[in-house]
Amino acid sequence: MKSRTIKVDYLARVEGEGALHVKISNNTVTDVKFKIWEPPRLFEAFLRGRNYSEAPDITARICGICPIAYQMAAAQAMEDAFGVTVDGQLRALRRLIFCGEWIESHALHVYLLHAPDFLGYEDAIQMAKDHPDIVQQGLQLKKIGNELMILLGGREIHPINLRVGGFYRVPTKQELAPFIDKLKWARDAALETVRWTATLPFPDFEQDYEFVALRHPDEYAITEGRLVSNKGLDIAVREYDDHFAEEHVPYTNALHSVLKERGAYLVGPLARYSVNFDKLSPLAREAAGDAGLGPVCRNPFKSIVVRSVETLYACDESLRLIDEYEMPEKPAVEVDPRAATACGCSEAPRGTLYHRYRVDDQGVILDAKIVAPTSQNQKRIESDLWQFIPKHMDLPPDQLTWRCEQAIRNYDPCISCATHFLKLHIERD
Amino acid sequence: MPSSRKPKLAVWKFASCDGCQLSLLDCEDELLAVAGQVDIAYFPEASRAMVKGSYELSLVEGSVTTPHDIELIQQVRRRSKCLVTIGACATAGGIQALRNFADVQEFVSIVYAAPEYIKTLDTSTAIADHVHVDFELRGCPINKVQLLEVVSAFLHGRKPNIPPYSVCMECKRRGTVCVMVAHGTPCLGPVTQAGCGAICPAYYRGCYGCFGPKETPNTNSLSRWWSHLGVKEQDLARAFRTFNAWAEAFREESVAHEK
Repeated sequence: MKSRTIKVDYLARVEGEGALHVKISNNTVTDVKFKIWEPPRLFEAFLRGRNYSEAPDITARICGICPIAYQMAAAQAMEDAFGVTVDGQLRALRRLIFCGEWIESHALHVYLLHAPDFLGYEDAIQMAKDHPDIVQQGLQLKKIGNELMILLGGREIHPINLRVGGFYRVPTKQELAPFIDKLKWARDAALETVRWTATLPFPDFEQDYEFVALRHPDEYAITEGRLVSNKGLDIAVREYDDHFAEEHVPYTNALHSVLKERGAYLVGPLARYSVNFDKLSPLAREAAGDAGLGPVCRNPFKSIVVRSVETLYACDESLRLIDEYEMPEKPAVEVDPRAATACGCSEAPRGTLYHRYRVDDQGVILDAKIVAPTSQNQKRIESDLWQFIPKHMDLPPDQLTWRCEQAIRNYDPCISCATHFLKLHIERD
Repeated sequence: MPSSRKPKLAVWKFASCDGCQLSLLDCEDELLAVAGQVDIAYFPEASRAMVKGSYELSLVEGSVTTPHDIELIQQVRRRSKCLVTIGACATAGGIQALRNFADVQEFVSIVYAAPEYIKTLDTSTAIADHVHVDFELRGCPINKVQLLEVVSAFLHGRKPNIPPYSVCMECKRRGTVCVMVAHGTPCLGPVTQAGCGAICPAYYRGCYGCFGPKETPNTNSLSRWWSHLGVKEQDLARAFRTFNAWAEAFREESVAHEK
């Protein structure tokens, strides 16, 4: 029987350094390894001995694309440990800056990283030559997300304004006012994005995922909630370690996460959407329906549509938060450290992020554990490829390679987070 | 006459968070114009197209932490007419240079169940420790306006206009009341290079030094002022030991306050 080797040494349009090795013998896939060779930066080690108050700024440096997710998970973990509640308008402002991060990160992925795959371009700059209006729309949408982060966070990458207990400075109503028109434009643009992405060509490919996401009784969960799945998981964040395990496999610098009872699972837009469809705003639900999505989406290639729906939701939600905003009297709640174990979760644009710290009575970090979305999705990415490749074996090698890359980019993998850059190597013998 | 061929730009990544190269994609209003002036020949975070050969300008993000990095940076240098480092990792070793103060094997065993699978160096070091660097752009993250200035300067063969003075200058220009003088908030602004726009003091927070040491910083004097404000020795050591911990002036000051 004929055997082939397909090799991609550098997966582009992802954050970080990774590789894919696939072996095919006699037209059967015999091995799939999604390798992350991003050099380890050892955050969990050097967090030891740092002060609790430094955790948000230090862990933000794990990822330049989703720093708010890190800052929020760390801050909320510490608040939980010290018995502090951040609520009211401070909580609303945190949700608002997080919406900014979702908008910029999703617009980046939808327009600059993922869409070129569907339309057959190497990158968005090539795409812009034929579709200048679409790329411009994506860039302007992204910019509005970044502007929200700049106002509330001080800057878009590694914002400086978040702290354990709240913020350093809170905005006035007047400062937020100019965002109303911008966000109305963004909401229209996001709605057009949902319609446009729905017209892209999708392979017929559905998987029986276990979707894991935060779920909150009152809202589409972003900053907090219980960890819930479509297969019976329903736990408090504090119970994470009882249900999830991390495995160290030789070929990757990122630890693989599994559900102890059932193995691989999926976090991210598809999971959030499918677990929390009922919590989307009416506009977002309607747009999803018009785009042909049901309340559950099992086709990972359609994650580009789901990301667009979430972008629409984030614009809608930002407008609601700004409309209801009253400037709080104090920018932060006082925090008194005590010896405790701190657990916190947030929904990074690419999925659930978990932080756990042990802190002493002076607030010094004794140990730290951070589980990034991409390390949770690694095993699931491999499973997708095991299923996907046999169905597309007839494609010419360069096309099959590109399709495999696209299947990985479905996840918007952030390899910087998981430890970075993808090499794809398909070997046939 | 120079040829009409557009100069080739490459963006390289070593150990980092991707935030500094993201700054280029964050130039939403300028990105397509930049792409009109230069040939973005190698930028894997943004494009599958990877043009081989040599480049007029290489932007390098990240620090050197693996044996492979040591080889790669030599190749990058050979293939680049100008090499500019972007950000605290590439310029000072980054937050991951905290390993330089510790036993790295112990660090690896804290994070990984099977440390033998992990290949890493004992230190995280700046690009300039390995090859000649034409310009170092500071910041964790870099300021995208400064990035555009550097790209523009190198493409036109002029020196980038990046001032080496302190954050204090930017606070004055912005009209921000000094948080240290007025509120007693410890601030690294007097010893930290400008470039961020003095964001932290404008948000009632002390500067935390993410742009690294300014030219001729008097860290020793600033530490005494911090002590007057009641900052303890171990907290002083921690304050100098963050994203630019391995930059000489900050390194020496942090060591002076250890224990």
